[in-house]
Formats: sequence, C-alpha cells, structure tokens
Amino acid sequence: MTSWLIKGANLLGRETVDVLIDDGTVREVGAIGARPGSRVVDADGQVLLPGLVDLHTHLREPGREDAETVASGSRAAALGGYTAVCAMANTDPVADTAGVVEQVYSLGQAAGYVDVQPIGAVTVGLAGQRLAELGAMASSAAKVRVFSDDGHCVSDARLMRRALEYVKAFDGVIAQHAQEPSLTAGAQLHEGAVAAKLGLTGWPAVAEEAIIARDALLAGHVGSRLHVCHVSTAGSVDILRWAKSSGWNVTAEVCPHHLLLTDALATTYDPVYKVNPPLRTQSDVDALRAGLAEGVIDIVATDHAPHTTEDKECEWAAAPPGMLGLETALGVVGETMVATGLIDWDGVAERMSRRPARIAGLDRHGHDPAPGVTANLTLVDPGAAWTVDPAALSGPSRNTPFRGITLSSKVTTTFFNGQPTVLEGALTEGSKR
Amino acid sequence: MIEHLLSCDDLDAESATLILDTAAQMAHAMSGREVRKLPTLRGRTVVNLFYEDSTRTRVSFEAAAKRLSADVVTFSAKGSSVSKGESLKDTALTLQAMGADAVVVRHPASGAPHRLTGWLDGAVLNAGDGTHEHPTQALLDAYTMRSHLGRLEGLRVAIVGDILHSRVARSNVSLLRTFGAEVTLVAPPTLLPVGVDTWPVDVSYDFDAVLSRLDVVMMLRVQAERMNASFFPSAREYTRRYGLDAHRMSRLPESALVMHPGPMNRGMEIAASVADSARSVIVDQVANGVSVRMAALYLLLSGHKGGAA
Repeated sequence: MTSWLIKGANLLGRETVDVLIDDGTVREVGAIGARPGSRVVDADGQVLLPGLVDLHTHLREPGREDAETVASGSRAAALGGYTAVCAMANTDPVADTAGVVEQVYSLGQAAGYVDVQPIGAVTVGLAGQRLAELGAMASSAAKVRVFSDDGHCVSDARLMRRALEYVKAFDGVIAQHAQEPSLTAGAQLHEGAVAAKLGLTGWPAVAEEAIIARDALLAGHVGSRLHVCHVSTAGSVDILRWAKSSGWNVTAEVCPHHLLLTDALATTYDPVYKVNPPLRTQSDVDALRAGLAEGVIDIVATDHAPHTTEDKECEWAAAPPGMLGLETALGVVGETMVATGLIDWDGVAERMSRRPARIAGLDRHGHDPAPGVTANLTLVDPGAAWTVDPAALSGPSRNTPFRGITLSSKVTTTFFNGQPTVLEGALTEGSKR
Repeated sequence: MIEHLLSCDDLDAESATLILDTAAQMAHAMSGREVRKLPTLRGRTVVNLFYEDSTRTRVSFEAAAKRLSADVVTFSAKGSSVSKGESLKDTALTLQAMGADAVVVRHPASGAPHRLTGWLDGAVLNAGDGTHEHPTQALLDAYTMRSHLGRLEGLRVAIVGDILHSRVARSNVSLLRTFGAEVTLVAPPTLLPVGVDTWPVDVSYDFDAVLSRLDVVMMLRVQAERMNASFFPSAREYTRRYGLDAHRMSRLPESALVMHPGPMNRGMEIAASVADSARSVIVDQVANGVSVRMAALYLLLSGHKGGAA
C-alpha cells in the first residue's frame, strides 16, 4: 500500500499538523519532514476531521438499483467525506434476514469506497407485526447492531417494548422512525399555515413528539438503547432533553435539510421538497440547531434518500418522500452550525463522526488521527464556495433540495482505510481490498 | 393580465375586477343573440383535462370555450396518473404537441396545475385541484354577489362547512379579501385547518351567533364520509349545529343572499326549502359560471403569445 503524507492540515480547526499514513494506519501526527516514497497531500488551509459516519442512508439496493446502488451510494458518500454509512433496511427485499444484510455488507466491501454497515429491520417486512430475526442478523457476517423499520414507525407499543428489550442481548439499538400513523394518514406537509394554504394534508408535530415520549419512557423502563431518527420539531428537542435528564439511554439525529430548509419551499409544489418527516417551520429549524449545539440532539445523519427523476416529476401527493444528502451534508452543517458560531470543527467531528460511530458500534471509525488508528480521515476546505448543481452529483438520482444553494465548505479529500477515495474533490479508484 | 389562473392569489383587485367586468360584457353580448356564439377565440384550442368527475364544471368550461368559438378537446382521465398509466408530465407534453392554447385542469392532487405550468407553454386554468383552490368558482361567486348586491367591498360573507377540505373556501377567502369583503369562516373546529389563524378572516364555531349581520351566507358541501373519520359525530348533529334551515334563514337580514357551490346535500348542510327560496341565488351561480369562465379564457388567451384574438 502507498504511504501518504498529509501536509499542513488544520486538525479539528485547532492546530496545524502533518499526518503520515502507511498500510492503512495513521503512523505519525505532528510536524513531519519529507518522507521519500510517500505521496503528499497539500492540506494547507484545510480542516482535518475523522472520516464522517452516516447513521441513516438509503442505498436502494436490492430493489431500486435505478435510483441508487450500494456502489453509487458509496461513491456519493466518499465525495461527501464519509468513510462509513449505515444502510437502512427498507430495500426490496427488506433487510430483515441475515442473508439480505450480508448481501448488502458484501456489496459495500466490493465497492470499496466506504464501510457499508447494514441496519436490520425490526419487524418482518417492515410490517410492524412480528419481530424479524434480530439475533441472526446480529450474529451474521454483517454484525448488525442498529435495527430500524425506518420509513415506518414501530407504532405498536408492546412490539416496540419487546424490540428494545430483545436487542439488549447483543448491545443493539432500536432506531425509531417516530410517526404515530393514526395522526398522519395521507400526510403531505408539516401541519401549519403553509399546508393549510396549499391544501395539503397536515403532518402534525405531535405525531412525532408523542412517539418519542412513549419510546423514551419504554427505553427507560426496560433499560435499553433508543435512537431517534430524523428529529424535526422543536417539541421533540424538549422531550429529548427531558429523556436525557432522566438518565435514559436515548440518542437522536437531525438531518441537514431540517437544519436549513422550511415548509415554505412547498409553495412550488415541487416534490423535491417532499420528505418524511416534512420540512417544518423556522422556529423548528432554530430549535434543532440549538438542540444539536447543546448536545440534546447527538448527531447529524443524512437520511439520504435517492429517488429517480420520474418518481419525483409528478404531483406532490404522488411523489415518494425523500431527499439526497450525502454529498451536501458537510456543507450544510458548515453553513448552519459552524458559520453561525454554534459549534466548531471539533463539534462537527463529534456530531458527524465520533458519536455516530459509537452509536453504530463501528470500532474502526470515528477516531481522531493518532498513531495506530485506522486512517479514516476527511479534509474539508472551509473556504471553497460551491453551488449545488443536481446534474453534478455523482449518483443516478437528482433529488437534492439544495439545488442552487451556495455552500462554503467542501470536502476535498477522503481517506478510507488509508487509501484516498477522494482527492482534490474527485473520486479515485477506491480502496479495493 | 396574468399568464395562468392557478390561485386567486394570482389576482390583484384590478385584474379580478377586469374579469368580472368582462364577464358582464360576455353575459350582455350573449343575451341579445339568436346564435349564442362570439368569434373571439376562433382557431384557438382549449383542452379540458379532467382527472376527477365533475360534470358541472366540465360542462361550464366547455360551454364557455364553445361560445367563444374555440376548438374544445375534453380529456376525461379515468382514475388518475397517480394510480397508473401515463404520467401528468407525459400528458402535458402530449397536449403541448397538440398545440393546446389553454388547458383547463381538474385534478384530485393539490398543486397539479402548478406542476403543469412547468411542462407546457399554454395557459393553465385551475378548475379545482385537490383541497387547494378553485378560482373560477370564487370568481363566479363574486360576480353573483356583485350583481345582486351592487358591490363587494365591505360585504360580510360567512362561509360555512368543511373549510378544511374545501378548495372553494380557499379561493373565496383569497378573492373576497382582495375585493375588501369581510369573511367569517363557520365550522366545527375539526373542519378548520390548523393554521387558519394566519388567514385574514374571522372564525366562528357558532353559526347562530353570526347570522344576523351577514350579507351573504355560503354553504359548503359536507361529505357524509367525513363522519366516519370522526370530524363530527353524526350527520344529524352536523345539520343541527351547522345546517342552514328555514329558522336560521329567517334570522338573516332581509337582503342577505344564500349561496352554495353545488352539488348540494339537501337536508344536510342546507334545507330544501332554503335552497329553493327567493334568497337562494344558487341557480344564478351556475349561469354566471359560464360568463365568468368565458371572461377568464378570453383574458388569459388574449394575453398569451399569439396575441389578442
């Protein structure tokens, strides 16, 4: 394996360091002289972060390879600075057996751009009726630790309780898509002034908040781990603060789009702005940013949800919800959290790398560069303004809600297992092993 | 004039007044004629694209276009593009290729007419989209009020019924406010949208409390199936609290109008005796619909490329 020397990087926005990588591992961090035989990455002015980890990615394979494949999603992830992504279970067939999760895992290994860690379904077929074979998925080669019916809520309280209890046997965590289904039948957009005006069926904040409160109580009661997916309302932040203050093991994520965009965008009726949970109001956006800065919301996760052009080129109500996110997440967090002074780059590392890696149980990810650590690293140019162009994204889908928005931070380099997957903002051949 | 008519928000007082005035001219021009046809849109193609059954609106638009001598093509899509078959975009591209100068669209999905404007060059007229808007209904309602009461500004109008699911209510709120009328929405709280507090209207849960000061009361159709979704306990209770019966009508001021966009549920939101009373202008609404739609088609198409017809 080639040896690499990163020169003059700004580690976590704190100090300038050089980093020597050899044989997949960080060997030295500090002021390092010329090393013959090492290829040099000039990182002057760039921020060095541990490789980003996404706890919430939809890769669409198996089933909808026209929208995304494990390989195409892996490349998008690498371009976004990620070295690991957790692939959601709502594929076709559903990732509810050891066979499917092992297939997704090995497709990720074969692609060689990021570690693809499958998430297992909580219930068979995401149907919310009976538990999937959680233990078999945990014991499989994919070593599943995160289980989620994402896209659907595990709405039955007894089933949710059993799932939380059961995964304690292998230190699993249930990642809940918090949406009370009886309050959201046919829901299209945040229930409020915009939906009222547009005549779109409302998705009330309480449908999310009620489930989070219930599940936090359940997690506390049975002493298990709950992770809350895509928190979208100000009220949810308050409930999470209460749950954490009660000492329960509850973590939560927020998506980049919920940190930047509001339901006002729906006035175009362009389904590129349709997502579940929906875009909400500016006061929700403000509360989510504050909650993320405070640590009540632990991490940023993309909910990267590719959809084909034909699936989105239709009436609002007919379109599936979901937005692309992998290639824009770091830039959006830069705009909404760093440029606003809410967190610094170390805070970004905590919320987009270290903490998600710990929640997902990814031991080789989420570590600051230090001798002996697996070289999963990301370099960010904080002053490389770029405007999001759907056509310039790497995958087959184009459904980014950030079209035309200028972001000041851009990922220039991603190292995965000591090999660059992205150099000077462009994909390499990947890290075949 | 505007390019499309998607929402009453597209209309300022000047353009809305122009439509009503033009409609009056159309009605006048028609009334004296043996052959009820004007040559105005000869050679222009108007497509009626109906994804929902609505005989009355479709026939009204067809009559309007034909009286202006336009070529009229009617597409009645069985089911919708939502379920299966050709996508709305492909339908739009087909109409574009056919050279449609105007597309009148009725669709069960809110915002479908907005989407169409991105895919074809012709004028798009919203003939009712989901629970969003139905602008020509509001225009014909305003025309009817103005012709009976002589003005719109300062009129006190109550819209009563299922506001939550009503495109007629949304269009009327917008247009009536543009004309300076005062609007009160009357409904059980379950049939008002969350966020209605941001609308420029008064809201009342008590029909009886507002009756005595109204110039117009507009009753909305209430679907009996709303009952099954617990919006109200029973049809009988709805009628008792929000139906317009003879007793409530007697408490209206002498000159007040009773309106309904149709089709009516006689005995549910409106008593038969009220619907057929001298106060009721419901039949006028239907007749005025043709004139207003003639005006809308004429103004949109003469503003469009191809020049004034």
